[in-house]
Formats: sequence, structure tokens, C-alpha cells
Amino acid sequence: MKALPSAKAKRNVPLHLMLLPAVILVLIYNYIPMLGVVMAFQRYIPGRGLFGSPFTGLDNFKYVFGLSGFTSAVRNTVFIAFIKMVTGIVVPVTFALLLNEVRAKKTKKIIQTMIYLPFFLSWVILAGILRDILSPSTGIVNKFLMLFTDESVYFLANAGIFPWVIIITHIWKEFGYATIIYLATLTTIDPALYEAAMIDGAGRLSQTWHVTIPGIAPIVILLSVLSLGQILNAGFDQVFNLYNFSVYSTGDILDTFIYRISLDNLQFAIGTAVGLFRSVVSFVFVVASYWLADKLTDYRVF
Amino acid sequence: MNIRDSKAEALFKKINTVFLCIVAVLCVLPLVHVLALSFSSSRAAGAGIVTLWPKEFTLEAYNYAIGRSQFWRSMGISLSRILVGLPVNMVLTVLTAYPLYMYSRSFKARNFYAWFFFITILFNGGLVPTYMVVSMTGIRDTLWALILPTAVPVFNIILLLNFFRRLPKEISESAYMDGASHLRILFQIFIPLSKPALATLILFVFVFHWNSWFDGLIYMNSSENYPLQTYLQNIVVARDFEMYSSATAEELKALAEVSDRTTKAAQIFIAAFPILIIYPYLQKHFVKGIVVGSIKG
Repeated sequence: MKALPSAKAKRNVPLHLMLLPAVILVLIYNYIPMLGVVMAFQRYIPGRGLFGSPFTGLDNFKYVFGLSGFTSAVRNTVFIAFIKMVTGIVVPVTFALLLNEVRAKKTKKIIQTMIYLPFFLSWVILAGILRDILSPSTGIVNKFLMLFTDESVYFLANAGIFPWVIIITHIWKEFGYATIIYLATLTTIDPALYEAAMIDGAGRLSQTWHVTIPGIAPIVILLSVLSLGQILNAGFDQVFNLYNFSVYSTGDILDTFIYRISLDNLQFAIGTAVGLFRSVVSFVFVVASYWLADKLTDYRVF
Repeated sequence: MNIRDSKAEALFKKINTVFLCIVAVLCVLPLVHVLALSFSSSRAAGAGIVTLWPKEFTLEAYNYAIGRSQFWRSMGISLSRILVGLPVNMVLTVLTAYPLYMYSRSFKARNFYAWFFFITILFNGGLVPTYMVVSMTGIRDTLWALILPTAVPVFNIILLLNFFRRLPKEISESAYMDGASHLRILFQIFIPLSKPALATLILFVFVFHWNSWFDGLIYMNSSENYPLQTYLQNIVVARDFEMYSSATAEELKALAEVSDRTTKAAQIFIAAFPILIIYPYLQKHFVKGIVVGSIKG
């Protein structure tokens, strides 16, 4: 009996070997950068590197927290991410429920095909399209609006409008995908439940209320809870490709702020400090969201 | 009562269908408009008479786009990134998912490894430290900068290991009893049984690599080495951006008149083309992969 564990361990050697390449790559490109965050506590001097640069405690953080750009970036990030979270649940659930009422299979399929397409295109492509159609002078959206008013709207340079452009175009890209997930869940509801409801005299509306909605509630709750982890993720790809200096007050988010500080201004230590702040807060939210998802719906990642 | 109900219901159904169709059309209108622009003459585009169908049909914008040598260079870099990156991602996904699929009673270190990979989803070092590691490992300005930092797609590994766990256990268990090695079980039993899941993951990885632009922007020193999406970003977004930062409102308006609209439109569509080609497959497999892989019970 004693020989058994070691025989098993021997047979498991290939398993370790199979994991080895991925372990090495993750160590280098994911774990070493995690050590690199010590830069956030240093006055980084490129010539001296990570080990030679002097430690300055929390000076970088004190400096960052005092920047007005930082405070507004945090505020904008949370605002945009929060509205995206809420609309990211409400819009696709509503759309899926409405689409579920369409009985003509072909129509349903065509609608799905059309709303799902933008999801697969990169923000570079979509931003290219949006910059064209939203242009104040030549854009087709303003051409259309001019039928009713005389003043064109500069959607991408008006600080009051910009966050809403971000939110609406985000819905445009993402809602088709979520709608299709919810639709797929709707098809798993047992038809016997609808029959039973009908025998009890339930109309369409009350069937939706008593059968359909409880049927998709678990996955709606799960996806909502998981989206909590995204509270500091306002969408770098999207904002970066659509914003400009005139909308920094409402449109600059943490990730774009980090980018400009780090790679435009080359303030590596400051950029790392803001990045660390973002990573730590996100970590707390992501862990909390997984914990909640496990408590509420028994969801396990692996 | 019943008759009125069904009448109201029929009316609701009509309004509902019309509403959904309008929304669906609105979703693709921007794409159709810009596609029409790309096939229109720059005069027609400048005059603002193009709506949903090309005016003064011409291929001049496409000719211009494909006549630039940098376009082909960038296309080549995008293709080689897929040619190398896709197999690297897939091999690592399969090799990593198999040991992690096991339960810790038969593979003691399993939970340690699972957490080792999972932590990278929860926490990352951020932009600057990652950038510095890429520099230190000497791969900046090479194709490897676009491949190695994202070579281990942890999310895909989780999807695949969950898929493995739902395969019938009897086959692999009896093969193991008969002395088959892990590699043999993986390649002769698991992979053939996981073809649909692997197809989905290949599509994920393809879309990921084709659409990535940010790594190209930061890791490539010279714009000659940009992949296609970064090249496009540079043309469509960044160049405007530089001008924005010093222009007055009037200048901005004037700038927007300049009609390189058609050439931008053409390049946008060339970059979207591969995605549009495989869209039927994407539509069929993407959600299935997510739903089947990550959400249990």
C-alpha cells in the first residue's frame, strides 16, 4: 500500500511537465509585473532601475490623490461603468423578452443577426465609424438632426454629451451578445410550465411574469453580480479611441489617465501608483463579486 | 373578453415586431452608411450626398488603401501574429486545461496550479510594470511582443477544463486503468471528443488576435511594425487626435470637412472583412461556447 502514492506521483510527472510552459510564461509576464508594483513606492530613476531607485513611501500616492485629473478620472470611471452595468442588464433582458414574443422564426433570426454583429468588431473599427457619422459638419447623424434644428451637435467634443455617447455606443456593441445569452436561457425553460400556466388561465403577460421571468432570474442575477467586478472598468479601448482633450472633464477614465501619465508623460512611478490603486480596488470588487455569485447561485469558476 | 384579449395581443405582437426591426436596422445602419461611403467618389462624400447606397460608384478609395506599402506590411504582421499566436494559444490551452481538469484527489498539486493561473484574472501589475517586463525580455519591436504576454489565455483554459469535466468519465478512467499515459488520454480521447469546444476557442483566439491593437501601439517602436488594427487606429483615430489637441473649435470643424472620408471608410472595411467573412460561424459558436463552458446548472 505504501508504494501506491509514490507510483501515483511518478505517473503525475507528465502533468507537471504539461503545465511547465504556461507556468513559465505566466511567471514572467504576469507575476514579475506584480512585483514591479514596488515602483509605486519609489522615486523611479531609469538609470538605476528597480533595485537602485530610492524608496519614498507613500509620496507618489499623496501626489496622485492631490491631482484634480485623478479625482475626476475616478468619478468618471465609476459613473460610466455603473451606468454601463445597469443598462447592460436592463436593455438585453428587455430585448430578449420582447424578441421571445416574436413567433416568426426567420424574423427572429434576422433580428439576432443584425444586433449581434457590432460585438465582433474592434473598438478601433467602431470608433472609426462613429467618428465619421458623428462629425459635426459631414456626419450623417447631424445631417439628420439638421432636418429639425439649425445647430449641429459635436458629440465627441461636448463634455456634457460625451459620457452618454460612450454609454449608448457601448450598448450598441454589447447588447446583442447579452440578448442572445438570455434568449438561449429562455429556450431551456420547460414548456410544460407554460402549459400548466395556460390551463390555470394565465394570459400572455402573466405567463411572462410567472414563468419566463423566474426562468431567467438566476442567470440575470449571476451576470449582474459578476459585473460588479467591473466597477473600475469603464472601457479603455472605447474611450481611448473616441475621446479628446476637450472632454477630459467628463470622459477621462482611470485607464486613459494611467496611459497618458505613463506613456505620454513618461512618469513611470506615478503611472504605476495609479495602476496599483486601480488593481487593488478592482481586486476587492472582483473577489466580492465571485464570493456573492457563489453564495447566491452556487457559481464556481473552476 | 377572450376575443378582445387576442386582438390586443395581435396588436402588441405587430408593434413589438416593428419596434424590434427598427432597433435591429439602427444597429447596422452606421456600418451600411460607411460601407456606402467607401465605394463612393470623394466628391460625393465631401458633398454629403451619400446615405445608404454608394454615389458615383468607384473603387478609388480601395485602390488608394491597397496601394500603400505599409498597409501590406501591417496586414502581413496581423496574419503572422495569427499564424504563430493561434497555435501557441491553443497548444498552451490544451496542455494546461488537462492537468487542471483533474480533481485534487488524483493530482495533488491541481488546486495550487489552478489558483496560480486564476490569480492573474484577479490581479495584474498594471500597464507600466508589464511594459517594462516586455522590454526587459527583449521582445519589444518583434512579433513575440504580440504573442508571449498573452500566450496563456486563462479564461479559455477554464472554459476547456469545464468542458473536459463534462465528458463521460468511464472512457478516460478505463484507459488510465489500462496504463494509458496522460498524454495519450489527452490526445486520443479528450481532443477528439472536444472538437466543438476547440472550434469555439479557435474562433475566440482568432477574433482576439485580429482585433488587438493596443499591444501593437505600445510594444512596437516604429509604426512600420504595427499590425493592421494598430495601423488603422493610427490613421483613423490618432492622427485626428494630435490635431485636436491644439485646434480651436473653428479649426476642428474645418478639419472635419477634409475628405479623406472615403479612404478611411475603405480601410475600416478591409480591417473588418475577415470578421464579416467568419461572422456566420461566430454567431453560431460564440454564445454556445460561453454558455456551455462557464455556467453550470
